[in-house]
Amino acid sequence: MFAFPEFLNSPEGEGGGITMRIVVTVVGQDKVGIIAKVTNVLANNQVNILNINQNIMDGFFNMVLIADMTDSKMSIKALKEHLDRLAEEIGLEIRVQSEDIFTAMHQI
Amino acid sequence: MSVLTFNDVLETTQMITHHNLDVRTITMGISLRDCGHQDVKVCADKIYDKITKKAEKLVKTGEDIESDLGVPIINKRISVTPISMVGESCDTADYVPLAKALDKAAHEVGVNFIGGFSALVDKGYTKGDRNLIASIPEALASTEVVCSSVNVGSTKAGINMDAVAEMGRVVKATAEKTAADDAIGCAKLVVFCNAVNDNPFMAGAFHGVTEPESVVSVGVSGPGVVKHALEAVRGQDIGAVAEVIKRTAFKITRVGQLVAQEAAKRLNTQFGIIDLSLAPTPAVGDSVAHILEEIGLESCGGPGTTATLAMLNDAVKKGGLMASSYVGGLSGAFIPVSEDAGMIAAVERGSLCLEKLEAMTCVCSVGLDMIAIPGDTSAETIAAIIADESAIGMINNKTTAVRVIPVPGKGVGERVEFGGLLGHAPIMGVSKFKADAFIARGGRIPAPVRSLTN
Repeated sequence: MFAFPEFLNSPEGEGGGITMRIVVTVVGQDKVGIIAKVTNVLANNQVNILNINQNIMDGFFNMVLIADMTDSKMSIKALKEHLDRLAEEIGLEIRVQSEDIFTAMHQI
Repeated sequence: MSVLTFNDVLETTQMITHHNLDVRTITMGISLRDCGHQDVKVCADKIYDKITKKAEKLVKTGEDIESDLGVPIINKRISVTPISMVGESCDTADYVPLAKALDKAAHEVGVNFIGGFSALVDKGYTKGDRNLIASIPEALASTEVVCSSVNVGSTKAGINMDAVAEMGRVVKATAEKTAADDAIGCAKLVVFCNAVNDNPFMAGAFHGVTEPESVVSVGVSGPGVVKHALEAVRGQDIGAVAEVIKRTAFKITRVGQLVAQEAAKRLNTQFGIIDLSLAPTPAVGDSVAHILEEIGLESCGGPGTTATLAMLNDAVKKGGLMASSYVGGLSGAFIPVSEDAGMIAAVERGSLCLEKLEAMTCVCSVGLDMIAIPGDTSAETIAAIIADESAIGMINNKTTAVRVIPVPGKGVGERVEFGGLLGHAPIMGVSKFKADAFIARGGRIPAPVRSLTN
């Protein structure tokens, strides 16, 4: 199974705080231009994409995207609101979360 | 170092979206030891001011963390120093104004429960303890979100049978005062043996005397996640089941640890503990009973229930311990009847009775929790149930508790609706045989011997 390169993972540390890296997951019916629309929102807000993995499972579009928000003036919450609007528009489920929850759960 | 995979990301996302993974509560403990005053009005004002200042940003911080991490944080709560100690220097015997101050402060900061209208009387009463306990029925009837608890026994001190008898009467009086709402007051009242100082879960939370000025603790949850994970090992031996529970508990707890650290940092306070409890909710797919049934029981409460629950409880602790730097609270599996869809179904099916629940409390977290009983159950019988449950805690060196609701005017087979997280409950039968003469004796059960354990 695909694995993201190691350099993408944040260093371990007690009380390190929430990092500026986010994980965007997109799930739903496949259609033309999903990636373009999502990445367009990120680009417009200076969110730098570090990695994208996408495939079709059981006819459903699945995308996991890792991005860096260091240079973005936007908060995770504000970005989430932007993508929520897009999700409604194109009829897909889009989630934005700090990468920390994934690293906490899956790395010792 | 392992790497984050596509599957890892999807697993976490599915836990949240499909299997009810959430952080059950962020609870801020606040010391009120500096709020005592002769005049109860001044004392109440000091309590209100301190809570609203310390917890001003608690709810907002919880919501921000929820948004950033994308994991639901269901409750934000406050626990305070047992009010029996805070109110002790007041020159009145009525502590209801202090309960009202807690209620007002909780509403002001937006938390949904505040715990600590409490007294610790395992060895005996002080003046403040007596006043507080006498004030409980009115305090719970005249406030909305205040929770009360009384510790009546411990392994080190034995069981205060005078307090046990009194709490039987207090439970009854609370039920009668809140009769119009199906005795909802009793859902906010817990009688403990071996109460812990750092429990973040309601209704039994209070900020113990050994705790710092303020502290943030987190209670995790996730019965639905455990149940789902176990579906992958159907038919395999019980060792495989324990292993899956451990792994899942580890993952759940890591989320709690992250939330607790972040909350403590943003609130500029100390990180207390993670409570590793599997806390069910009435929601579909969030039941501890359904985990036991997934392991292989036809219905929770039947033979095999105690063994499966013991294994579950132990595996949750083993998995969670390594995931957090500080573990405390009640840590285990909760079995509140009205808050667990599977437990409710088991009672309705006739497989789960009060006596089996008592056996189950020997091997899991806490005790007889959120159990509706007939309104005509006597204070002495409730006291005897409390005594039995306390004895299990005292002898086994664990926390046990009783939160029973004698619903006025209702009998076995009828139902009571509490709403929200408190759920609904079928009224369970209680033995008709009396223990009145035992309860009337009063006194104290001596502390137990700690060796010769057979």
